[in-house]
Amino acid sequence: MTEAHEAHPARTAEPTDKDTAGDPTGTNTDVGPTGTDTTGDPTGTDTGLDARLVVRRGTFLLDVELAAAPGEVVALLGPNGAGKTTALRALAGLTPLSEGGRLRLDGAALDRTPPEARPVGVVFQDYLLFPHLSALDNVAFGPRCQGVPKAEARAQAAVWLERMGLAEFAGTRPRRLSGGQAQRVAVARALATRPRLLLLDEPLAALDARTRLDVRAQLRHHLADFEAVAVLVTHDPLDAMVLADRLVVVEDGRVVQEGGPSDIARRPRTDYIAQLVGLNLYRGEAEGHTVALEAGPAITTTERLDGPVFVAFPPGAVTLHRDRPTGSSARNLWQCRVAGLETHGDQIRVALTGELPLAADLTTVAAAELGLHAGAPVWATVKAAQTHAYPA
Amino acid sequence: MTPSDPSAAPADTLTDGPRRGRGRTPGRVRGGTPLPLLVPALVGLAFLLLPLVALLIRAPWRSLPDQLAKPEVWQALRLSLFSATAATAVSLVLGVPLAWLLARTRFPGRGLVRALVTLPLVLPPVVGGVALLLALGRNGVVGRLLDTWFGITLPFTTAGVVVAEAFVAMPFLVISVEGTLRAADPRYEEAAMTLGASRFTAFRRVTLPLIAPGIAAGSVLAWARALGEFGATITFAGNFPGRTQTMPLAVYLALQSDPDAAIALSLVLLLVSVAVLAGLRDRWMTAAS
Repeated sequence: MTEAHEAHPARTAEPTDKDTAGDPTGTNTDVGPTGTDTTGDPTGTDTGLDARLVVRRGTFLLDVELAAAPGEVVALLGPNGAGKTTALRALAGLTPLSEGGRLRLDGAALDRTPPEARPVGVVFQDYLLFPHLSALDNVAFGPRCQGVPKAEARAQAAVWLERMGLAEFAGTRPRRLSGGQAQRVAVARALATRPRLLLLDEPLAALDARTRLDVRAQLRHHLADFEAVAVLVTHDPLDAMVLADRLVVVEDGRVVQEGGPSDIARRPRTDYIAQLVGLNLYRGEAEGHTVALEAGPAITTTERLDGPVFVAFPPGAVTLHRDRPTGSSARNLWQCRVAGLETHGDQIRVALTGELPLAADLTTVAAAELGLHAGAPVWATVKAAQTHAYPA
Repeated sequence: MTPSDPSAAPADTLTDGPRRGRGRTPGRVRGGTPLPLLVPALVGLAFLLLPLVALLIRAPWRSLPDQLAKPEVWQALRLSLFSATAATAVSLVLGVPLAWLLARTRFPGRGLVRALVTLPLVLPPVVGGVALLLALGRNGVVGRLLDTWFGITLPFTTAGVVVAEAFVAMPFLVISVEGTLRAADPRYEEAAMTLGASRFTAFRRVTLPLIAPGIAAGSVLAWARALGEFGATITFAGNFPGRTQTMPLAVYLALQSDPDAAIALSLVLLLVSVAVLAGLRDRWMTAAS
């Protein structure tokens, strides 16, 4: 999707095939102040989002660099309290930027623009659909505020609802909509203002597991159609990886890692991401095939590296033994103690402490044969071939 | 069956429905409310109802049609209804924005402003009337300017009645609306702003409909308070039949000369109050109970 849009030389006022998301009626290409791109640089170098979000609040400091090209979907991924929502509010203009902050969209500085004048659409976590308005009037609200006559705004809103598969719910009050329907109305409402930046705050968090699957697929479809920048905030790595082209991992107000979903999944750089993607992650100093860990023993790897590195391996690569294995070819052998057990899909995930804290996945049968219980001493081995080392 | 006996709980909760009452005291006190609570409660109830009952008992039911047919009665009632409604309208126009200011903005001394707004709630209305005279009377601080610049005099006019009633009634509306505003999620206004609504548009098209129940309840409170206003009205606007003599003033005056007329007028006011209460109960009180 990123590639497809990079092929567009510059954003022009002419709608392309991909521009349908911004023009539900297919007839009207110029509605309201935020509908068209009047600030875009004709050379095409100054499109998309370029921001440094600095927000100081008490002792908390958010400082996040964020850039995205039109058509790109960026996910801000991070634990609760990392500052993701603050970043989103700063982009929307609901929280002012502190000194040092910068926000440019399609070449225009928005730092001092009030939220109502920003070409930014927001899908809030709990949607915040206006309870006193029907689904149709909720969607028509934005165009109305942009000066579109009432009848036309409602006609546009009807087209949006149609696209979302909600035509028969046009007259329904938000209270009577299901979670998935309300979410789609919220997306339609945000898109109906034809934003140049679409912000989604935990767009799937309020849904139950079954609806989530459906809505995620639909949202992915709508985001793929969206021709401008989309930034979504989530603490769910699966949502981020399915919906976004690029992940920006934020922890404690800072960007700790940035990259494509597969890159982040393969080469996590913090414990938080390693846990999210289910990897054991260690940091150490490499010398050839041996990595001396900062805390604990050494790990033998297949990669030949020097200097500070990360070593990662999946929990499935760990083998557990009740007694010290003899004649095992594994070079990595540690004495551990079981800290906890939990079911993980059709496997048992064992949390281990001791020489090296790690997670191991076993089949239920293997766990039973080993007689594992909290506090039980075990030996853990990992083959060098199953570790993955990369420069820190 | 002692409350501390856990084994009594299952048998007991089964009768009340299996899910309820877990973790609460098993077994209610049979036989109802303790006497130290029951007796004062019943005395209190009687204290509140007795005067109303007396009013109904002593009402001159036979001469009532004649009493109510008097033009002065309808004159006073009409004036009362008009001035209370006008005072409520004034309170709405000025009070809702004031409530918004108190609930949604931050400025130095906001706590003090809120305290001052609620002052007329506790101020004796007569004192309010005196204060209004000093401010808006013909020789008042502002009243003098109104007189010399525009030729407007408020005291002893129907407009004066409206001013006096609004002064006393508006705090009720402000307090009620401010409470509703505080309870309303301000993020709806933020959502409206991200959709391109100015702060005023967001207020008009989102906040106002959301707090409509609070505004309605506050309006009824203010209207009822204005309808019963006596002290500030008689002090500031006087007691001129047809011009400033509202129902409460007419009742008080009639009591001196013609007690039957006073009772008849009181019955009319009671009827209006009951109607208001019924309206409130149907629309807004049921949600609270």
